[in-house]
Amino acid sequence: MEFADFFRYEFIYRALVAGSFIALLCSTLGVFLVLRRLSLIGDGLAHVAFGSVALGLLLKQHPIYISLPIVMLSSLGILRLMERARLHGDAAIGIVSSVGIAGGILLASIAGGLNVDLFSYLFGNILAVSREETYLSIALSLIVLSFIFFFYNDLFSTTFDEEFAKTSGIKTKRINSLCILLTAVTIVLTIKVVGIMLTSSLLILPAVTALQFARGFKNTMVIASTVAILSVISGVITSFIINLPTGATIVIMNFLLFLTAFAYKTVVTKHAVTSDR
Amino acid sequence: MSVEIISVNSLSLRYNSLEVLSNLSFTITAGDFIGLVGPNGSGKTTLIKTILGLLTPVEGSISLFGLSPQDFKEWHRIGYLPQKFTFFNPFFPATVREVIASGLLSMKGFPKRIKKSDGLAVERLIHLMEIEEIKDKLIGELSGGQQQRVLVARALINEPDLLILDEPSAALDPEVREKFFHFLQKLNQDKRTTIMLITHDIGGIGQYASKLLYLDRKIIFYGSFEEFCTSQDMGSYFGEFSQHLICHRHV
Repeated sequence: MEFADFFRYEFIYRALVAGSFIALLCSTLGVFLVLRRLSLIGDGLAHVAFGSVALGLLLKQHPIYISLPIVMLSSLGILRLMERARLHGDAAIGIVSSVGIAGGILLASIAGGLNVDLFSYLFGNILAVSREETYLSIALSLIVLSFIFFFYNDLFSTTFDEEFAKTSGIKTKRINSLCILLTAVTIVLTIKVVGIMLTSSLLILPAVTALQFARGFKNTMVIASTVAILSVISGVITSFIINLPTGATIVIMNFLLFLTAFAYKTVVTKHAVTSDR
Repeated sequence: MSVEIISVNSLSLRYNSLEVLSNLSFTITAGDFIGLVGPNGSGKTTLIKTILGLLTPVEGSISLFGLSPQDFKEWHRIGYLPQKFTFFNPFFPATVREVIASGLLSMKGFPKRIKKSDGLAVERLIHLMEIEEIKDKLIGELSGGQQQRVLVARALINEPDLLILDEPSAALDPEVREKFFHFLQKLNQDKRTTIMLITHDIGGIGQYASKLLYLDRKIIFYGSFEEFCTSQDMGSYFGEFSQHLICHRHV
């Protein structure tokens, strides 16, 4: 396909708009999750989503209605396991994730095997985003970003030093629950649109890219959002020009931006060490 | 009449079956400077966490400015320096200014916003703690001593009535430590800030604190440093030679 064709297709616009809003949403939440060492929560909850979508299909209900409450409850389960069983985030995510995927396989087996619907809910296609899904992405982004705007300092303080945050009168349990529930809702609604792989990579890679060179917390969030949107736009354009799978191309673009930031940091650090000598 | 700041009554706390604090009762009044001392594992940190409502006792009660920690709302009246500062994520991307400003959140309603006008308070603390040259650095880029000064600045930013410091001098070199203790003494004398400070340096803190609270799961001693040095009970507890060594710095 010619690059001139690029702007003739509505699906491209939808992919760019929905993708950019999802990128903004995931990268902003991702900064908090990565700093809390909950980076893999995207994958973990996606596995739960797999189980719950299988249940939805078995019960012949719209999977979102089944998935949303189950994934939200599972996200709170991860939080409670961390608090009460004194587990680190990775272990708590691992437990919930493996139960989720095992449950999904059992339910899919009862339903007569894995079918196309189940896969479409897990591996969504950014180029197949409908108009409704585009609106959903925009609305979800605005809702989640509003929460982050209003609770920004509570989230910052709780993420940096939870004990001190408690003695500042911040209801840290509520803030932790809020953060994890927003993540759960984001994961359920975005994996249908862009798939597990892209959702998970947009939660982790922009945040770790920003952490290579950001100066300050707000600065980190701005850089992470910019990196995420840039990777979606460049990924959609590149995949269109050289005819590659779009989701995977966006992930690779994300990774290339991370490598660039990492190389920059390495050079700057070496230069600083040399200057100090 | 002296105002009660902290009142602890028959307080006990257990981790599983292990009794960490046993039947503690004491009162701290406005203007006290308490040196909380004791061996490792004696329950010092557990005690201040319980006072702050971070842990729940199995028996007894605590009153913080006349209220239980659960009912207490005026958190800006308390400045707290946690012990675990060395354990926060070293890659956390917050600048020194952002960390100090987060101390102001206890003063804020909903939504908690740090305004441009709050910058003055942050600058005042940066100047007070003599950390001008690092104010735009990331917290993870600083040495342990510099991080400690930043977190002390965060604890002081609201000019609290009560300052609770868990081993604030652990990462400071001896010269800075002396200066820091002098600063706390001045704060205590000039502004009547009540201070509760955990340290292992019983002799050192004795020079500055008005009272010592020696804890070893239960209260071994609570009184002035002079009383500590002349107490026969403490002479028997520590051995007279050790008591003399501890008190020698003060004489």
